[in-house]
Amino acid sequence: MEVSRPRLMEHNIYKYILRYSMKQQIILTVLSIASFPFLYYFLTLPKVIINQAIQANDIAFPVEYVGFEFDQNEFLYLTVGIFLVMVIVNQAFKYIINVYQGISGEQMLRRLRYDLYGRILRFPMPTFKKKSPGEIIPMITAEVEPLGGFIGEAFAVPIFQGGYLLVIVGFLVVQNWAMAVAAIALYPLQAYFIPKLQKQVNLLGKARVRLVRTLSDHLGEAVSGVEEVHAHDGSNYMRAQFSRLLDEIYTVRYRIYLLKFVIKFLNNFIQQLGPFFFYAIGGTMVINGTLEVGTLVAAIGAHKEMAAPWKELLAYYQRREDARIKYEQVVEQFDPAGMRDESNQLTEPEELPHLTGEMVASNIELADDTGTKLLEGLTARFKLNERVAIIGPAGSGREALTHVLSRLIDPDQGRLTAGGLDLISAPEAIVGRRLAYVGQHGYVFNSTLGDNLFFGLKHRPLHEKKYEGEEETRRQTYIKNAELTGNTPDDVDADWFDYDLAGVTDAEGLKARALTVLEMVDLSDDVYRLGLRSTIDPRQAPETAELILSARRRFFEKIEADPSLKNMLEAFEQDRYNTNATVAENLLFGTPVGDDFDLDRMAENRYVQKIIEEAGLTETFLQMGYQVATLMIELFAGLPPDHEFFQLYGFISSDDLPEYQAMISRIDWDHLDQLKEEDRLRFMSLPFKVIPSRHRLGVLTDDIQEKVVLARQKFAAELPPHLKDSVAFFDADAYNAATNLQDNILFGKIAFGYAQAAEKIGAVLGTVVEEMSLRNTIIAVGLNFKVGTAGARLSANQRQKLCIARAIIKNPDVLILNQATSSLDAVTQARLMENILNEFKGKGLIWSIDHADKTAGFDHVLILRRGRLAESGSPEKLGQGSVLYKDMLTGS
Amino acid sequence: MSLKEEVEILRQIPLFAKIEPSKIKLLAFTSERLTFQPGDLLCKQGDNGDAAYFIMAGEASVIVETPSGPLTVATLGKNDVVGEIAILIDVPRTATIEAATELTALKITKDVFFRMVTEFPEMAVEMMRVLAERLVRTTDDLQKAKESNRK
Repeated sequence: MEVSRPRLMEHNIYKYILRYSMKQQIILTVLSIASFPFLYYFLTLPKVIINQAIQANDIAFPVEYVGFEFDQNEFLYLTVGIFLVMVIVNQAFKYIINVYQGISGEQMLRRLRYDLYGRILRFPMPTFKKKSPGEIIPMITAEVEPLGGFIGEAFAVPIFQGGYLLVIVGFLVVQNWAMAVAAIALYPLQAYFIPKLQKQVNLLGKARVRLVRTLSDHLGEAVSGVEEVHAHDGSNYMRAQFSRLLDEIYTVRYRIYLLKFVIKFLNNFIQQLGPFFFYAIGGTMVINGTLEVGTLVAAIGAHKEMAAPWKELLAYYQRREDARIKYEQVVEQFDPAGMRDESNQLTEPEELPHLTGEMVASNIELADDTGTKLLEGLTARFKLNERVAIIGPAGSGREALTHVLSRLIDPDQGRLTAGGLDLISAPEAIVGRRLAYVGQHGYVFNSTLGDNLFFGLKHRPLHEKKYEGEEETRRQTYIKNAELTGNTPDDVDADWFDYDLAGVTDAEGLKARALTVLEMVDLSDDVYRLGLRSTIDPRQAPETAELILSARRRFFEKIEADPSLKNMLEAFEQDRYNTNATVAENLLFGTPVGDDFDLDRMAENRYVQKIIEEAGLTETFLQMGYQVATLMIELFAGLPPDHEFFQLYGFISSDDLPEYQAMISRIDWDHLDQLKEEDRLRFMSLPFKVIPSRHRLGVLTDDIQEKVVLARQKFAAELPPHLKDSVAFFDADAYNAATNLQDNILFGKIAFGYAQAAEKIGAVLGTVVEEMSLRNTIIAVGLNFKVGTAGARLSANQRQKLCIARAIIKNPDVLILNQATSSLDAVTQARLMENILNEFKGKGLIWSIDHADKTAGFDHVLILRRGRLAESGSPEKLGQGSVLYKDMLTGS
Repeated sequence: MSLKEEVEILRQIPLFAKIEPSKIKLLAFTSERLTFQPGDLLCKQGDNGDAAYFIMAGEASVIVETPSGPLTVATLGKNDVVGEIAILIDVPRTATIEAATELTALKITKDVFFRMVTEFPEMAVEMMRVLAERLVRTTDDLQKAKESNRK
């Protein structure tokens, strides 16, 4: 069920509110009005209580009331009882109205954000040259936030508070018209001056919004360009720029405060004039006997009551203006010219036609935002079963043409067809699945490698996820709320994979296809290595964990069988000290999970301290610490503080060295048992870092090693329940979920002091993986690797290869590459080009390349010059007849 | 083998004879002691050199690639230094060094090596002596080779 939305966004916030929340606003209005009678009655009650129940004026007791008789006392209790009930009724109304207001506001805010986001997805590409993320992001996140609050109260507050005010005024008029006039006499004054002042505040508010946007833009630039700032000592200039922006914002805010508080002052002053008149006029009347005291008290009470709604109304007026400005300013930013129609993205055609036959571009004109012509009446045609290379000098319009062909940028004029299909009007469902585009720097999302690879296969949820019980209820609520706010109810957790598009039938097939494509773009080795360094959850992938365990067994069979390898890997053994691991690792004998145990700060851990103490090792550790410190001072004392040795052999950092020097000269070997807590920790922390095989310090004798092994067993046996999940202990027969696949197979430490040990062990690992055909399993694990923000945990080359793989895996009819491999080295580039040319034999491939000599493997070549097609033909034909082509060949 | 024992062995190498023990200790501590299996390569002809090796036990063959195949030109043993040429002047390794028996060597990286040489002139002089001896031997060999060619 598609909700049809207007192409242009409502520019007036009230129109937007009414369009989408008419029902809610009406309910709120009705609720407000319904509360007035109770309010009025509530206001009259004090008068009844004072005049009749207490002073017994105009009333004869006992009085009859709904069939019962009351004497004066009973009547007083009755009236104050009603008073209490009225308090509850009025507050209940307030509560219901407030909650409903809040919910309506949040719903509208959700809708507004969703609409704005949808618009970003439909912005024409060139818009992003002018708008930075730094400007767009705060608009949708922070700027529209207060709108939610306002939308809920847009109608309800003026009606409720205004009505409230009228009720009170009405009450006053009934009591005594002169006093009523006196009470509101100054309101017109407020109504005149406040908007004038408010207008100025509004203008300043607008300026402030603009400035804050500039500020976030600057912040974004500082973060993105931080390399340049460092490389050119530009921080002072950046700071000065930032300071100026802050000053501008400060100045604006300063003026806003001045005005705001002037308004507040005026409001309060005028408000206090009311009592002044009451006491003066009403007091005179009471003295003259023309007014009862009860009436005066009630009138003063009513006036006091009036203060609240009047204040609310004025505050509402301020918020309204604020919201109006924000809304208008945001909305005008989200209406760029040339935005695609919503239906272009939402339409799902019954049938997705394949692009076959010829692609024809005729009279394509395209200018950039400065008016420079990129394409000038370009006309070209080529077959869609041919591999087409586009070449041309800089400024020939090569890049622009790939953008137009891939439908990323709308041409200013001209037609573009593929087979019989008009590509310009074709929905994104066809264009985005039948065409694929990769530019020079593709974007990688902050998710897993696999998610990125399969991004091009997720167009619609194809198989709904089944929910049961409570989850089903939650899902139904989700759908209801989404539909209520015009959001999509599509389930992110459903199966979105379009297996058909990838040419496979199920998840297994897709995995196989992924391996082929990764191989094609030369990425499978990288993913394999990432897989080796990834962890898996054995509960979710028990088969993989089992395979890895058998790989571990096979690996050790091989190591045991070869005497030259045997010494190069020291396996973790429960009752043996591992001389290639640190003391900390030996004691913990497992991988820390979470923050409870930190291998670098074991000495500070209470439980570790307890175990060391109980194992009788405390003194030994202190002595070792003393020895290590002495040795380090002896060795490193003469080195400059920035020397790399401190980092490489970092028992003690250069900063701490003087501290230890002082300790060693102050503390005597024989008095290690009388140390201050601080010094104790310092010494205790050192032995934990010692690796006997590597450091060869000779401090860790066999006897100590034995004791550490005993302590290790105690450590595991006595681990308190709250720390049970903080360590994944090493167990030769169990998969360790806390560490990666490679360490799970090796299950030990590569020995120090053996030449090429890492390479040789790596080779054995490679053999095991090959013999057991584990490579694909490991690559599949590698697909779960988290690539980080914008793929930062991958290299630039890996990112680009991933983007190419993403474009290939969806089997496009036409793959369009815009110098997509030019950042890779020449050898890789050639290999990728060969693979891709093979894959697209008989299919459509359009490749904009920078060198004419790379066109040999293509079926057809387009040569562009100055935004037009200069020549075209097969490379052989051009090679014989075209001067231009020959020039480009020799030029490159 | 602990650091202390290593220092004892290093002090027997003439190159280090005149250097104070604490510096030798630093050298030993910061340098990797490696065990090579017979057939393992310490360095390969043509590769870039980043370290020199002090042989502490075992033997190694110096092999040079010639048009007629690899040729073993010398055998090195305990207390010999190898691989220092490529780190003294930035040239690729001039020969392949292969462990002939199980061999233990101290691997001294370029940085550490230069630090030592600049800090201790005695070591530089000693280094010159080693190189000069080697030059004499090479010249000698060349002479002999020429004579055998003439015959």
